[in-house]
Amino acid sequence: MISLRGVRKWFGSQLVLNGVDLEIPTGEITAIIGPSGEGKSVLLKHMIGLLRPDSGSVQVDGEEITSLGRGGLNRVREKFGMLFQNAALFDSLTVFDNVAFPLQEKTKLTDAEIAQRVREALLHVGLSGVDAKYPDQLSGGMKKRVGLARALLMDPRIILFDEPTTGLDPVMGRGIHHMIKETHAKFGYTAVVVSHEIPEIFDIADRVAVLYRGSIVASGTPEEIKSSSDPMVRQFISGSLEGPIQLEGTMRDEEGFRPV
Amino acid sequence: MTHVIQRLGAWTIARVADLGRMLNFLLYAVYVCVADPVRPRHIIKQISFIGAKSSFVIVLTAGFTGMVLGLQGYYTLTKFGSEGMLGVAVALSLIRELGPVLSALMVTGRAGSAITAEIGIMRISEQIDALETMALEPFKYLVSPKLIASLLALPLLCAIFDLVGIWGGYLVGVRLLGVNPGAYFGEMKNSVEWQDVYSGMIKSLSFGVIIAWVCCYKGYYTGHGAEGVSRATTGAVVLSSVLILIWDYFITSVLL
Ligand SMILES: Nc1ncnc2c1ncn2[C@@H]1O[C@H](COP(=O)(O)OP(=O)(O)OP(=O)(O)O)[C@@H](O)[C@H]1O
Ligand SMILES: [Mg+2]
Repeated sequence: MISLRGVRKWFGSQLVLNGVDLEIPTGEITAIIGPSGEGKSVLLKHMIGLLRPDSGSVQVDGEEITSLGRGGLNRVREKFGMLFQNAALFDSLTVFDNVAFPLQEKTKLTDAEIAQRVREALLHVGLSGVDAKYPDQLSGGMKKRVGLARALLMDPRIILFDEPTTGLDPVMGRGIHHMIKETHAKFGYTAVVVSHEIPEIFDIADRVAVLYRGSIVASGTPEEIKSSSDPMVRQFISGSLEGPIQLEGTMRDEEGFRPV
Repeated sequence: MTHVIQRLGAWTIARVADLGRMLNFLLYAVYVCVADPVRPRHIIKQISFIGAKSSFVIVLTAGFTGMVLGLQGYYTLTKFGSEGMLGVAVALSLIRELGPVLSALMVTGRAGSAITAEIGIMRISEQIDALETMALEPFKYLVSPKLIASLLALPLLCAIFDLVGIWGGYLVGVRLLGVNPGAYFGEMKNSVEWQDVYSGMIKSLSFGVIIAWVCCYKGYYTGHGAEGVSRATTGAVVLSSVLILIWDYFITSVLL
């Protein structure tokens, strides 16, 4: 279980997370949704210790990670796999080496075994024949899928997906959702999925949390969120222009919430 | 007036903090080198990049440096009628001073800037974060191999520089200006001591550390975007070159 309590994070004078309270139950798929630029990626990075909160606590399986040093963090990170929003592939390594890298560095498998597992992982995300390409020779969606293969490969117990299907065509997006659901059923890992795919994400998530203006404004089962009476949540999942969420620059300033 | 003093104070504090962070960076890099040995193939790759691929430019600069030393030395020494000492003059200036310093400056320009750019780009595209999320130590992959490779490559490049430079001096002094070849090499053998070679190598080793340290550091803490990386790269080359020259003065005064 990952639990965040009162997590606040400033970047300079911008308050991005303003007291986030969130529980990620073990073995379930939790989706985090919310408007662009609200801090979903920042929130994920707090869960794996890439960012430290200015105040508040982040616990992974009961262990406080905000105060851990490098050694302790590495021990906790052994449990994690992460897909970055921009995939964050190693751009001087080929696709094959990108996926093989953690295996080469952290296991004692032979080259043949590694090759075997890398091929399988790539096939699983629908990629073949791109082993020898470099990341800058791939399309955005292909990079995403290589990143996905890399995140799944070490059989982590917790996987953080930052927009796994953004940039994919609808069929492929559905395929990836299906794959997450399927591997989750098989391995039972804890998944946190940041996503803009509404309503598709409701089909795979066990729980949904909505991040808005620096805190979790609603959370619950997909049904609860879909039938929420909160005007912000209603507007967000229907994608309407009318409602409390206004496009940048039209309302933000009068609220005085974000000191700039 | 107080405003100026305030700004000066803030600037000084920032620089001192920066220096502290740099020293920490070096200490941690050395710690990682020792505690978590790098795979030989990573080191070899870096030696090939920092060392082998710099050898052409080293040979070129060494050749011309030796030749100009031959010219200048001959011009000065004939005034005292002792052009027989040309070999000694060329060899000593190269081995003690110019070999280590110029080879280090060339490597800074050629490989150091590339090191900063590479690490800087990895930083801004979250590749360093990706390493961290895999519970892998970024220093082990990005800094240690470069530090070790540069430590090994610099003395070797310096040796090449010295040899080629001496040969360049020979070309101009003996072949062109007619100094006695026996005197050129004979006097050199008599006067160049182990101590000279040794001090040159010490310099080279320490310059190797400076280059890898400064250039990795600047990349690791790069600013934002393409402009941040380009600024980090320029900063790395300038700082590394200046540090090499300053350190050269201090180490010379100790080793003399
Ligand atoms: N390293 C950083 N330094 C300064 N500000 C940052 C940094 N990272 C994120 N931010 C700011 O924090 C806010 C939230 O960013 P984040 O990337 O988490 O948004 P997001 O919810 O993931 O958006 P999207 O759905 O578009 O990916 C943004 O306003 C961004 O400018
Ligand atoms: Mg994001």
